[in-house]
Amino acid sequence: MFEVRIHGRGGQGAVTAAELLSVAAFLEGRRAQAFPSFGSERTGAPVVAFCRISDREIRLREPVQRPNALIVQDATLFKSVDVLDGLAPDGYLVVNTTKSFAELHLDEIAARLPKGHVRAAPASDLARAHIGRPAPNTALLGAFAAISGVVSLEALLEAIRRAFPGEMGERNVLAASAAHAAMTASPAQEFACSNR
Amino acid sequence: MLEQIEGSKAMARTIALCRPQVVCAYPITPQTHIVEGVGDLVRTGALGNCEFINVESEFAALSVAIGASAAGSRAYTATASQGLLFMAEAVYNAAGLGLPIVMTLGNRAIGAPINIWNDHSDAMALRESGWIQLFAETNQEAADLHVIAFRLAEELSVPAMVCVDGFILTHAVEAVDIPEQAQVDAYLPPFEPVQSLDPDDPISIGAMVGPEAFTEVRWLQWRKQHAALERIEALSAEFAATFGRDSGGLLRRYRMEDAELAIVAMGSVNGTIKDAIDELRAEGVGVGLVTLVAFRPFPTQALREVLVGAAHVLVIDRSLDPGMGGPLASNVDLALRNLSPAPHLHSAIAGLGGRAVTKTAMRQLARDALADAWEGPRFVDLDEKVVARELHRSARERRCGPSAEHVLKATEREKIARVKAREAMR
Repeated sequence: MFEVRIHGRGGQGAVTAAELLSVAAFLEGRRAQAFPSFGSERTGAPVVAFCRISDREIRLREPVQRPNALIVQDATLFKSVDVLDGLAPDGYLVVNTTKSFAELHLDEIAARLPKGHVRAAPASDLARAHIGRPAPNTALLGAFAAISGVVSLEALLEAIRRAFPGEMGERNVLAASAAHAAMTASPAQEFACSNR
Repeated sequence: MLEQIEGSKAMARTIALCRPQVVCAYPITPQTHIVEGVGDLVRTGALGNCEFINVESEFAALSVAIGASAAGSRAYTATASQGLLFMAEAVYNAAGLGLPIVMTLGNRAIGAPINIWNDHSDAMALRESGWIQLFAETNQEAADLHVIAFRLAEELSVPAMVCVDGFILTHAVEAVDIPEQAQVDAYLPPFEPVQSLDPDDPISIGAMVGPEAFTEVRWLQWRKQHAALERIEALSAEFAATFGRDSGGLLRRYRMEDAELAIVAMGSVNGTIKDAIDELRAEGVGVGLVTLVAFRPFPTQALREVLVGAAHVLVIDRSLDPGMGGPLASNVDLALRNLSPAPHLHSAIAGLGGRAVTKTAMRQLARDALADAWEGPRFVDLDEKVVARELHRSARERRCGPSAEHVLKATEREKIARVKAREAMR
């Protein structure tokens, strides 16, 4: 079972991101479960959403406590929430930021995780460019798909198109594809992405 | 068709396939997505011949459903928590009048202190109202139970509640096989009421009944619930034959073969418990699970039959009767009382007001029940430091203020301290 925890702020689409990821896995013929952290969420407040992916029936209903991957939609959350809690030693960490991990004081944590598992993605910038507003969730999913390979870009794009038919979906497809391409490009060619 | 879909949407789509003719509801978290979904299907015309009535309160929601049902319509509503309490008088009326209304309960705690999260307090509060109460383990079952509930309710002319864990199921996105309209139509015939108000053929429903007949009316109500025990099994078997999957029934057993300890639980927590049981079994611990689907009518006999060989029974309650303990444990205790030898009963209160029920906690609880038994209800994952401090604080002065607010402040202080300690370590 692969478990993902998505940290964001109300309005950034953390819950939608978990759902999209689960649909992408479903489209690939796997079992998936997505659910929010069930708070009285409001715009700007810390929000958590979860996604489990497995080849077998998923029966567990507890919140994800030992995530295999963390997707962080807002880097300021590290100051107020225990974002890294329980992250598996071989886990993945994708952060929406244009800063380096050193600037975020995350370089030590990054050093403990396998090479290539920790990436910064300028998801808000990509969203502004492609969607017209800084909604980072689909771009971050594109980046996550690229570094983890847990779902294919094709399945992810299909999930996005199903959730947002029409132009809004196509714009999000562009944002996700751009982030995916940025992560798969060699580090030297990446723009504003910090890497180890 | 198998779809990756939010539980509430899957339920709304399935409820629409049951062709309700009147739907009335008042929004309350975490049930709202369900009636919004049904409302959308009425608006788009996907659900035809249905009147969606926006009402001003939960009391009105069920009162309108009562009127609609008494006029011969298939009526549906949904609520949760305080909403159920606000309609409590009508809940009893629907049952007493024998009107087969189906209601989804998005299970949620009851205040005070106000809490929007999941537990079973609402269903337990009205367990004696005369409604059938069925608890869903997954979103597939949550959807399917509505189809069974309409059929069962209308056959017996008794209202039925489908209890679905709020947020944990209602807001979870997972794969659900949404039935085909033809399948539902084959299983659920059009509503043929045993009584209906008709201006051309006036009758009275809801007459005052005095001491000379009240007991007899109540006995007939009791008998109907008793008849439901058999019908629930039969209708679930028929459901399996029509839809090709098992849903509902009175109860289900999991790895009960040679189980020294049997866990009894209702609702979505059963999935987590199954994972815990697989691990315990692999470690050589003889644990099994009885998932109770029907809470009302209570399947006393069926439960007795599955629990007879177990030395220990551990009941997981998702609500608390403060003056008694776990309501489910009390009911299971009654079912066990004439067994000889009777299993040792252990009662645990877990997942109150949205507290996560973890696999780790369930494993530990099962091991403790076998090795280190306790008396009375055990509160799973209780922060003993917090309650001890509050007891100490409130004992110091008479005017100590509200305990909920102080407990909240104490846990918030601890959280901040944890975050600061972590920052300092980095």
